[in-house]
Formats: sequence, structure tokens, C-alpha cells
Amino acid sequence: MAFAAFTTAEAQPQAPRKSSRIALLLLLPGILYLVLFFLTPLVSLLLTSLQAPLEYGDIGQYQYAFNWQNYVDVMTAYWPHIVRSFGYALAATVFALLFSYPLAYFIGVTARRWPLLQSLMLVLVIAPFFISFLLRTLAWKQILSDESFVITSLKALSLLGPDAHFTGTPFAVIFGLTYNFIPFMTLPLYTTLERLDLRYLEAGSDLYANPFTVFRKITIPLSMPGIVAGTLLTFIPAAGDYVNASRDFLGGPDTQMMGNVIEANFLVLLNYPAAAALSIILMAAILVLVGIYVKRSGTEDLL
Amino acid sequence: MSGEVQAAAVLGGLAESEQSELAGRGRRTGGPVRPRRIGLGSWLLPTYTVLAFVFLLIPIAYTFVFSFNDSVKSNIAWRGFTFDKWLNVCNVEGGAVCEAFANSVIIGVVATIIATTLGTMIAIALVRYRFRARSVISLLLFLPMATPEVVLGAGLAAQFLAVGVPKDMTTIILAHTMFCISFVVVTVKARVASLDPALEEAGRDLYGSPAQVFWRVTFPLLTPGIIAAALLSFALSFDDFIITNFNSGSVSTFPKYVYISASRGIPAEANVIASAVFLFALVLVIGAQVSRAARAKRLAKLG
Repeated sequence: MAFAAFTTAEAQPQAPRKSSRIALLLLLPGILYLVLFFLTPLVSLLLTSLQAPLEYGDIGQYQYAFNWQNYVDVMTAYWPHIVRSFGYALAATVFALLFSYPLAYFIGVTARRWPLLQSLMLVLVIAPFFISFLLRTLAWKQILSDESFVITSLKALSLLGPDAHFTGTPFAVIFGLTYNFIPFMTLPLYTTLERLDLRYLEAGSDLYANPFTVFRKITIPLSMPGIVAGTLLTFIPAAGDYVNASRDFLGGPDTQMMGNVIEANFLVLLNYPAAAALSIILMAAILVLVGIYVKRSGTEDLL
Repeated sequence: MSGEVQAAAVLGGLAESEQSELAGRGRRTGGPVRPRRIGLGSWLLPTYTVLAFVFLLIPIAYTFVFSFNDSVKSNIAWRGFTFDKWLNVCNVEGGAVCEAFANSVIIGVVATIIATTLGTMIAIALVRYRFRARSVISLLLFLPMATPEVVLGAGLAAQFLAVGVPKDMTTIILAHTMFCISFVVVTVKARVASLDPALEEAGRDLYGSPAQVFWRVTFPLLTPGIIAAALLSFALSFDDFIITNFNSGSVSTFPKYVYISASRGIPAEANVIASAVFLFALVLVIGAQVSRAARAKRLAKLG
């Protein structure tokens, strides 16, 4: 797991050598790079978010100020987008979890006896990564467009109203987000389920628990690290995504998310302070939500 | 983005288990697997798994099939089968697709080389040396993976704007290297941590200089992990759209080309490139998996 990866190795008693001069040489270039191109940009973003328009300046010209009013402005102008981002991301995370859990269980537990089948199924799970993210989303748009076979046959069967749409609705955006982030959910779930000690399940059924109780009381708690990692890995990118919700992809005018307004403000309207303020809000909200979630689920050691 | 750490493990194929198999340790901790009944009926879960894979692969199949479409401009309705698009990929729009593809490959290769070098150095330092500020550095490495891509993209763009750097290929490479480093560290670190220190000790006992020990013993042992990390970096960079969109100026990359042409219809040539990349990646990964399985079998026979 991405989150666990940082802690597991440190616990190993590998008798680290002390000579910190070599360590410094090894660390310095990379760390400097991240300070320069990750930390400083965040500071730039914070400063930009407080800028005020240049007096008598052109569109897109700003000066440094302490204009916290920007935050109030974007909150009032874009609160529906903010709510939508987190709502869609939450829904997509739940759907991805429901979709992935049985799949990961089959690969990680049921298929244990056939390692080759197991690894081939893992390749299939990550196969969508090998084809462009944008083309995958566009493929769904065309498969589910109003003139497509799927939608016209659903209409012919009266399962859909004659003027119902799929693309351009919130449902389509959530569908796209779910589809695109399923591998992020399945892989961490698989990693924990693969290590699940089946003797615990046997002990449970030996003690006359029915399969459902065994699943609820043993399998789920033991796979909690995978659930937490998977939901975070799905929720964070989903909340910031703007491809699925874009008008040219699965979204419509009423499905725009925070990412869409950040993109529009930064690249089209050249309203850098608004885009920066929205980015800071997005990042802060995610950090707070993730913090609470990790605390609540009792898996702090993941971070 | 972060879920692709697991993808790296699969991509790398050899990276993870080879050594533990060498050491004669069992791969599983789950204990003996005796045939057990699965609570939901033994056919339900396999059926679900098959359906889930069909669902996951639908857009890939669609993209692949439509690369053979005899389309004129936009590639939406099926107009008949042709090999033309595969044979004349670069002939459309003055080769815009191919130019975008070539840019993506160059950016991916350069960013991968820089990120893999810097990330490997950090990974070695983190596992092998003791130093202060370890937790700060771990946090600095973790944060880029937990930050939504819009925020990373907008932040860098705000910084380039503040400093007055024009956006071109270099800024894209700088941005991609930044988000690849953390993934390289995670992937390579797992490999460094699983190295048997006795092998390096043996090298030193045989009067190898530190440089000799590193290049003759440590580095070859790390290679599978480094290759996995490099493949992951390249995949991340090649498919990145969100961060690229903020930092590319007028330079086109393959995902950016798809995004921009989405509004007016994507030519079938884009499907050709995506399908070719997909097939190439698939062959690579399945090859790695099969050779790993074969190696495991050979080792088992030897033991």
C-alpha cells in the first residue's frame, strides 16, 4: 500500500549505518527537487490565492496582497461545485468499494490455489491503465450516448423514458469516476485479502457463526487496512478530477466539479487568485477529511 | 494516481517475490488451504468475477475495435472495417497525432530517467542510513501522492507564472518528474528493504571497495525494483493529462491531443496509437508474469 509503504521498511532492524554524509548526498538532490517543485509551488499557490487585481491592469495581471476576500468570493460563487466534488467522489468511492470487494476476494482468496490465474487476473485489473484514461472515458461516452445501442434498446424495452439521457447527468459522472478508479480500489483490497489467514474464518465457522457473521466479524475487520487505503486512493483523485465531469466527456453544464472551475479560472478566465483559492480549499478539505477518516477507522499507522 | 504502486508490483513482475522464493520462504502466510465451501454458493463469485472483468474491459475493446473503423472525420458511427488507419497513422491532420505521441514518449523517457535516479537514491538512503528529519522527509515524499492532481498542476503553473518561466516541454518534464519521484521511492524502497545484507557483507569481506560492492552486488540486486519503478514512472507520465494541461503551454502531448479533439471528434488514428500502446504493455507484463512463474517452478524443482 502506498500509505503503508512508508512505515513498513522503517521497522526493519537492518542496522542502518550511521555515516550521514553519504545519506545527505543521496537525499539532497531528490529532496531539493521536491522542495523546489512541490513545496514552493504550494506556497506560490497560497500567495497567489491572496492576490488582488492590479489597479489599471489588464485581465490576468495581479499583485501580491492579503486579499482573503478571494476565499469568500469563491466559496459563494462555487459552493455547488465544492459540494458536488465531494458528493460525487464519495458516491464513486462507495460504488468502487462495492464493485471491487467481491472481485478482490475472488482473486486474493478463492484463486489462491492457482497462482498463474491469480497473476493473470491482476494483469486484467490493471489493464485499463495501459490504455489512455481519456480514451477510456470517451469510449463510455460513446457506448452510452443517446443514439447508442445500449440506450436505444433500454428505451425500446421501456426501461428508460423516451427522452431520458445518460451522458451529461450526475449519474454518468459518478459512473465514469467509479469505472476509472476501480483498479485503485481493487489492488489494495487484493493485497490485504491475499494475506488473510483463512484459519480465522475456519475458527469462526467452527464456533457456529454463519457465513454472513464470519464475513462481517472477521473478514471485513481483517481487511480494514485495504479498505482504508483503497477508499483514500479512490476518493482523493476522484474529488480533484475534472475529465469525467467535463462537458466533452461524461458531464454536462450542471455536473461541473471543483477541478473544472479551477481549470476554467486558471487557463481560460486567467483568474489565478480564484483558481488558487479553490485549490487551497480542495487540498485543505481533503487533508481534513482524510485525517478524520483515518482516525475514525483506527488505522493511523497507515500514514 | 497512488494505486499504481501495486500496479508497479505487477508490472515489475519479478521485483517482489523472487527473493523470498530464493530464500526458501513460503509465499503465503495463510496456512494450508483446504478446499472449503464458499458461503455464497460456489458459482456466484466466479460468475461475478467474469462479469466484472467484462465490464472493466468494455472500453478497451471499444477503443480497439474502433481503431479499425473506416471513419472519415469523427470516429463515432461504425462505417466498415479497414486496416488503413493502422498503416497510415501519421497521415491525419499533418501528423498531429504522431507529433503528440512522440512528445509524450520523449517527456516520459526524460522524466522517468530523472525521477528514477533521484528516487532510487532517496530509497537507498531511507532504508540504509540513520539520520534525523526522517519523518519530515517521509511526509514530504507522501504528500505529493495524497495531493489531488489539479492542485499539483495549478501550484506548479502558479510558480512558473510568478517566476516568469514560459511553459514548454521543459516545464512538462519538470512537473512529471516531480510526481513520479514519490512512486519510485515507494517501489524501490520495498526492494532495498528485502535485500539480504549478508550479500553485501560478503562483497566487503572479499575486499571489494564500497563502490565495487555497490555496482557489482547492490545495484544488480536492486535492478528488478528499479525497472518496475521506471515502468511505473513512464506509465504515469505517459498517461498524465491533468498536470500536463496546466504546464504545457502550446506543446501537445497524446492525452492533451485527445482532450482537445474530444469536442470535435477524435480521429481513429488516436485509437490506433492507444491500442498499439496497450498491446505492447500487455505483452510486456504478461511476459514478465509468465517468466516469473517459470522461474518459480524451476527454483521449486531445484529445492
